[in-house]
Amino acid sequence: MKLRWGFIDVLVILYALIPVLWIVSLSFKDPSTITDGSLLPTKWTLSNYAGIFRNDDFLRGLVNSIGIGLISTFVAMVFGTMAAYAIARLAFPGKRLLIGFSLLIAMFPQISLVTPLFQIERSLGLFDTWPGLILPYITFALPLTIYTLSAFFKEIPAELERAAKMDGATPFQAFWKVIVPLAVPGMVTTAILAFIFCWNDFLFAISLTSTSAARTAPATISFFTGSSQFEDPTGSIAAAAVVITIPIVIFVLFFQRRIVAGLTAGAVKG
Amino acid sequence: MAEIVLDGVSKRYPDGTTAVHDINLTIADREFVILVGPSGCGKSTTLNMIAGLEEISSGELRIDGERVNERAPRDRDIAMVFQSYALYPHMTVRENMAFPLTLAKLPKPEVAAKVGHAAQLLDLTALLDRKPANLSGGQRQRVAMGRAIVRDPKAFLMDEPLSNLDAKLRVQMRTSIARLQKRLGTTTVYVTHDQTEAMTLGDRIVIMYSGVVQQVGPPEELYDRPANLFVAGFIGSPSMNLLPAQVRDDGLHTIIGVIPHRSRGLPPEVVAGIRPEAFQDTRIRGGASFTDTVDILESMGAEKIAYFTFETGETGESGGTAFGDGAQVVARLDPKSRAREGEPATLWYDPAAVHIFDPDSGVNLTA
Amino acid sequence: MTAERDLGERRLALWLCAPATLIMIAVTGWPILYSFLLSLRRADLRFPADQEWIGLANYATVLGNPYWWTAFGVTALVTVVSVAIELVLGMLVALVTFRTIVGRGVVRTVVLVPYGIVTVAAAYGWKYAWTPGTGWLAGLLPAGSAPLTEQAPAIAIIILAEVWKTTPFMALLLMTGLALVPEELLRAASMDGANRWQRFTKIVLPLMKPAILVALLFRTLDAFRIFDNIYVLTNGAQHTSSVSIIAYHNLIGGLNLGIGSTMSVLILISVAVIAFVFIRVFGAAAPG
Repeated sequence: MKLRWGFIDVLVILYALIPVLWIVSLSFKDPSTITDGSLLPTKWTLSNYAGIFRNDDFLRGLVNSIGIGLISTFVAMVFGTMAAYAIARLAFPGKRLLIGFSLLIAMFPQISLVTPLFQIERSLGLFDTWPGLILPYITFALPLTIYTLSAFFKEIPAELERAAKMDGATPFQAFWKVIVPLAVPGMVTTAILAFIFCWNDFLFAISLTSTSAARTAPATISFFTGSSQFEDPTGSIAAAAVVITIPIVIFVLFFQRRIVAGLTAGAVKG
Repeated sequence: MAEIVLDGVSKRYPDGTTAVHDINLTIADREFVILVGPSGCGKSTTLNMIAGLEEISSGELRIDGERVNERAPRDRDIAMVFQSYALYPHMTVRENMAFPLTLAKLPKPEVAAKVGHAAQLLDLTALLDRKPANLSGGQRQRVAMGRAIVRDPKAFLMDEPLSNLDAKLRVQMRTSIARLQKRLGTTTVYVTHDQTEAMTLGDRIVIMYSGVVQQVGPPEELYDRPANLFVAGFIGSPSMNLLPAQVRDDGLHTIIGVIPHRSRGLPPEVVAGIRPEAFQDTRIRGGASFTDTVDILESMGAEKIAYFTFETGETGESGGTAFGDGAQVVARLDPKSRAREGEPATLWYDPAAVHIFDPDSGVNLTA
Repeated sequence: MTAERDLGERRLALWLCAPATLIMIAVTGWPILYSFLLSLRRADLRFPADQEWIGLANYATVLGNPYWWTAFGVTALVTVVSVAIELVLGMLVALVTFRTIVGRGVVRTVVLVPYGIVTVAAAYGWKYAWTPGTGWLAGLLPAGSAPLTEQAPAIAIIILAEVWKTTPFMALLLMTGLALVPEELLRAASMDGANRWQRFTKIVLPLMKPAILVALLFRTLDAFRIFDNIYVLTNGAQHTSSVSIIAYHNLIGGLNLGIGSTMSVLILISVAVIAFVFIRVFGAAAPG
């Protein structure tokens, strides 16, 4: 029995990891062996990595990705926390409407926004700028933060806030001294999810930019060409793909620990 | 220290339901008052209205003569102990207890002194640096109490503070709470659904049912002179035997026979209430008696509880499931009683101890 | 008094929700309206002078165009097939990670890796894996075959890339649903004589139905807007465009705002229809 589950475990792990290992392996292949079709490199090299880190466009793309991602995440977290707290704890008309509206945006086909945003941003001078990407990123990260955070807030017993009120806290003190410290694990998780969304985006990044001024890393990769390097860009693309993936995989490992922390957050119930 | 007055206080929800209807109650300074009733009776809502956690729909709440309806909880100077204890999981015991004081911006040395004093009083000194997750149920309960008393508030509100403890600890904490309240002399309003807790703790008990106060009085009064059928059935364990009776000239005709009683002034049908402890199996001079087979006998050590089942006419021969279609009579007997399960026993009672209720209004006609 | 305090709470809620709501409306509401207006105009950036209201002519152009319908068919096919495969695989993964005590943490972590990988990065991985000469998977095929240059194999690879990337998300959603099935109920069912399969079909599935429907709804709408994978793998060549790809090409390549906007509106309507079908017909409840 245990053996069978163990076998399935191994299958699941292979399923998840082999495609990743393939890109990693490709990124370490020497240009002369890149078309050998073997799963593992026969001749190892770091030149692909050295190459992309000498590529100003890619470095600029990384800076754009990090900057735009962090700013969007921060803003979405601040506004999302406010709205999520209201949804989780306060009674107000239009609550269901707000929930429905954010759900609508979460499921919205982004392409439907790209055409009008392209035109609007061009007329407002936002096209090919950081704010031009930050605005749609915030918009699409908000439903995510509102949903996840309100679920986390709802898990915190309302009696704690009532106790804080009885202990003499103002509504803001109750929120700041009691709810926020308890919601930190959830907020970290949510921030990671929001950042992953921004980091992962491709459609807005290639549609609303035209130069490396605001083009994020995933979009930059798609503009890699072999011509400037006198060779096929496969190795560089693979290396760049690994580079932009590493931070997210680290986040995901961190996120995993947060999930466990969330599951064992029984202390709140105590 | 404070006097709390509820003057015609009601709670209605926007959907039209009334949770609490027109409570008039004066809680004296230093008094320990219990709000008791089944779940949904409005006792917790009443407590929350005193706390300021719920709006008062109509009526006035006064603390020390001042109207406080509009005041936020923090401006009422009242401390509360919650059923779940509501300890802040991210703070140590010390920080939990100091929280109300730091919010009140007391100087640090004073906070430390007060927390230290309260911790000593509740035997929490050794636990001050622990987090709530690392405490036992009883210890958490004490921390919750500690957080309430450090502030030296005008009043304590307690919302079923013992219901999450196991039976043994509950009894132990019950006496500690009573002792603490006497010692501090702080006006206390205590909510519970447990009539034993209510009987043992309070100076006065307020019994509520479906949002309406049924009776207010000291425990003995509620036990001896229940105002109506609900109070009669709620107070006392096992509950009072309530037997439908026909009023005839010779007395009240019930399933346990005729209870000698003057019939003048009584409606044709009444409910006769006899407490289980009113029965005994030795003869009472001038008493009445009935004889029947003991259905079940529970030996509790300090007492024996005997159950008698009487076939009621309506169910006839076909009745009699394990859950008993017949009417049951419970008697609480002396441990030395010779009653045996499955054998007939004769029980005596004093007809003067029988309560008579109006079956329609439920009002006690003998009280 | 009551009204006053309620009013205070409402006002607080309003202030708390205002920034998020305003941003969402500003970035979606106005552009949608604008998009609708553009779809009724001849608006080609290559001919800026030649702009006018033309009613529904753009809609007639798009709906009469075989490329649009091919893209629509491809999108529908990819959506249905990949979501179906994901549901089965996701359920398996959810059951495996849920049931195994040994290495549960490892499996859970590893399963999240595809979710964490940037879609474009993974898409390049798949592209090179199937590129003749370069790829380890292409090497397994008969010599001379180039799967990404033929419609059917290319779509199969698109589905593969999509399934690989999003199955973890499906599994996560299903795992939360699985956690809602009380262990005691399963024990009771086995006491009542239900075997493993019966317990799954008669107890687990019905109780998970809301979670499954929500997961399906989310993934269907997400798959319908597929863009990144196709852009990298084929860029829409050999009739593998999705509706998002074709709309993108009309905008960025063709600079035809009118046609692009018309496609945007049509995609929006399709998504609305899918959501409506899920919520009305299957009774999927919105979470929260």
